[in-house]
Amino acid sequence: MPYLFNTPEQQQEMLQAIGVDSLEALFATIPAELRLNRPLDIPPALTEMELQAHVSQLAAKNVGPGSRVCMLGGGAYDHFIPAAVDEIARRGEFYTAYTPYQAEASQGSLQTFFEFQSLICQLTGMDVSNASLYEGGTSVSEAAFMAMRVTNRHDRVVLLGSLHPEYLQIVETYLTHLNCEVVVVPCDNGCVDPADVDAAMNDQTACLVIQHPNFFGTLEEAEQLTEIAHKYGALAVVSYDPISLGILTRPGDYGADIAIAEGQSLGTPLQFGGPYLGLFSCSEKFVRKMPGRLIGQTVDRNGKRCFVLNLQAREQHIRRDKATSNICSNQGLIAIRAAVYLSLVGKQGIREVAELSCQKAHYAAEQLSQIEGIDLMFPDRAFFKEFVVSCSEGADYLLRKARQAGFDLGPELSRFEFKNGAETYRTGVLVAITEQRTREEIDRLVTALKA
Amino acid sequence: MRNQLATELLFSLSQPGRRGALYPAADVPVKPLEELIPKSALATEPTGLPEVTESDVIRHFVNLSTLNMCVDTHFYPLGSCTMKYNPKRHERLASLPGIVDLHPYQNPSDLQGMFELLYETQEMLAEISGLPAVSLQPAAGAQGEFTALLTAKAYFEDRGEKRTKVLFPNSAHGTNPASAAIAGFDCVQLASSKAGLVDLEDLKAHLDDQTAVFMVTNPNTLGLFEKDIKQIAQMVHDAGGLVYIDGANMNAILGITRPGDFGGDMMHYNVHKTFTGPHGAGGPGSGPIAVRDFLAEFLPGPVIKRNETASADEDRYVLEMPAKSIGRVRTFYGNIGILVRGYLYLRTLGAKGLKAVSENAVLNANYLKAILKDVLPVPNGDLCMHEFVASASKIKSQNGITAMDIAKRLLDFGFHAPTVYFPLVVPEAIMVEPTETESKETLDAFAEALRTILKEDPAFLHLAPHSTNICRPDEVVAARNPILQCCEPQ
Repeated sequence: MPYLFNTPEQQQEMLQAIGVDSLEALFATIPAELRLNRPLDIPPALTEMELQAHVSQLAAKNVGPGSRVCMLGGGAYDHFIPAAVDEIARRGEFYTAYTPYQAEASQGSLQTFFEFQSLICQLTGMDVSNASLYEGGTSVSEAAFMAMRVTNRHDRVVLLGSLHPEYLQIVETYLTHLNCEVVVVPCDNGCVDPADVDAAMNDQTACLVIQHPNFFGTLEEAEQLTEIAHKYGALAVVSYDPISLGILTRPGDYGADIAIAEGQSLGTPLQFGGPYLGLFSCSEKFVRKMPGRLIGQTVDRNGKRCFVLNLQAREQHIRRDKATSNICSNQGLIAIRAAVYLSLVGKQGIREVAELSCQKAHYAAEQLSQIEGIDLMFPDRAFFKEFVVSCSEGADYLLRKARQAGFDLGPELSRFEFKNGAETYRTGVLVAITEQRTREEIDRLVTALKA
Repeated sequence: MRNQLATELLFSLSQPGRRGALYPAADVPVKPLEELIPKSALATEPTGLPEVTESDVIRHFVNLSTLNMCVDTHFYPLGSCTMKYNPKRHERLASLPGIVDLHPYQNPSDLQGMFELLYETQEMLAEISGLPAVSLQPAAGAQGEFTALLTAKAYFEDRGEKRTKVLFPNSAHGTNPASAAIAGFDCVQLASSKAGLVDLEDLKAHLDDQTAVFMVTNPNTLGLFEKDIKQIAQMVHDAGGLVYIDGANMNAILGITRPGDFGGDMMHYNVHKTFTGPHGAGGPGSGPIAVRDFLAEFLPGPVIKRNETASADEDRYVLEMPAKSIGRVRTFYGNIGILVRGYLYLRTLGAKGLKAVSENAVLNANYLKAILKDVLPVPNGDLCMHEFVASASKIKSQNGITAMDIAKRLLDFGFHAPTVYFPLVVPEAIMVEPTETESKETLDAFAEALRTILKEDPAFLHLAPHSTNICRPDEVVAARNPILQCCEPQ
């Protein structure tokens, strides 16, 4: 047993101090008929050496970016992670600490989260950020709940059909059982038509949820859409790509009331879909209605600047069933990764990552669309780092051919159910290009697909 | 010692032109951005991110990290949180290529090793709980609660029943009522008995045909096993309701007793607690749920299935959406990085090791309770499980020393504070959970520190801690005029 300390002799001493004669006797309060009278049926224990061999074997059964070039997107991206991010995240002082309830023992976490909040505000142009939610999808439902509290409209939300289909499913899971109508604006050509959005809105709608760039990678008429939301007294909720803000206008600049995002791109490895990072920021006037932990600056009894968990009266451990959210554990360590990442890339780096991704994606789109049988699905739409191609031979053919040549593209749109989406989506395949991809890789893919 | 710069805000270290990360020039033909993106969508100003070097960043965050207490450096007996040792092999192995770099939308044939690992995790969680169907999706315990409650709701609706109430004792974690509320249930809080257990009379009085779920933590938040749990479950079942076990305290009963065997229909695990996640300064967690067979078809999807009859060219492990699934509760498949660590932990310990974990967790808690009983009385229960809740109310009435004073002063002695003022049913609560990964020597030293503290001048304790870099932050000022970021909005 590698993680237990007490020797049998010590255990005896301890039992004596307690006044019982065996370990077994410690469990006397559990009725005998409820006791498990056999060993658990789970695989035998492994030493560290055996465990490493075993897990290495499992890992070898997977095919990862080590042997395949990753051009997969759909909400999780292969951006570069500087070594310093891992270095900080692997400090035991951070990853083996608890939620910073005891401020004097947690100033490291508290200041880091306060800086994380500040960095997110600088990135998005929003007034306040919380200290993280689970991931991009549940951030949408938390935003919808908050919009209901702010507007006191509990029966209706409107979402663009160009939102990530999994985000849509999550919102449906969270809201429909509460008799809240989830209206999805049709999106049949890679972008929604603002006129359709206007038609879907009414004065009972709590919020309009916009994704920009959207699930297909294309840019929406973001400012026009937030104006439509406001026209009906609804909150404009924007799901953004944090990397895109290196070159695109910030949600705070085009009227977002709540800005949310999947923050994985900011220094967190793909790790098969989680843990990732829910980013949640909003206008200052809504701060007391926000979900999740907030870190605030204050002074200690000697007047020294310090940081604490703030406005805890919103949270479940104080307010219980009246809390703004049930969230307790958040994504602390992933928020620390994002804080380190944003600090490292800084003002100039975030612009370069965004611009490189954008330029290379456009080169890839141009090259791929010159292949016979492959077209951009939305050739007239502006995009950032991700786009949809369609293949005359079908999506599976394209994916298989790319895989054989050592490339992972996708996800294929046929994985998802698109409500109100065009049937033609079924032949589409997303392609995401980050700053890590090279011209040589793109050219090699094009050559292979031409063959 | 740290100089002044060590705790400056990162933004104040910024100097125009400093760089922490450099990127190569584009290797593709570059076009003016205005040709690629409509001008209206392009930012006219750069972001307000700081400009610092890599060494600035490292020195800054490393210095900040040293202001934390953590399990690697300190005894951290935070009740209800299971602050056990976090094995280092987990960090190495969870970062292996082929584990850490997998994209969630890769082809399933390329993910068979990962699926196998997750499938085996499902199987082990089912066996440990005695509940056969598992969903790995929930991101944390609270989301596990919410997910299970929605699963129950779907089950009742499928049976044509509309049940509106969720019941829980007043010792429950705050997440229980909060999750029930967002799942659309009416919350009914029950009294606890004098012994600190579920009050059977009060339960009986509130059970009716509107009762959907009774949520109970077992062992409960007082560190006591609900000895009448079988009868409680029977009462709930007789009323047509389901029993939810909040698994926050599973560390006490691994291989000893199982929620499925003592009447639970659904439960969540806290992988970041029981299976040493780690805690990550507040997260990420992982809150998989396990439920009875008849609830399996309502679980959120996808779940991982093993195809026993797969031919050589077919995938053995596949993703499946349960037939009447409540849908998705999060993107992708779960907090996989934490689940991988949980898997590694279970494979390191095996059945014998897991049982030893609980035996030693319970031994350590009872030992600490015993050697402190003359100075720090525990109002409820004789033997505790993995934690105990003492009360400082007598001490407070005698000399004005509060639970908070004791907690803060412990920091000066190099011990993290226990949880204080929870559960709400114990006045001046001090909730101590030593975990199994602490030695007798550590427990003795902690007890000695507490004894010393209780002899100190109350006025001195009111001002504690005295050795940390800050002391007693003003939370009222913080809440009145919230400062939540360091920059003026631009």
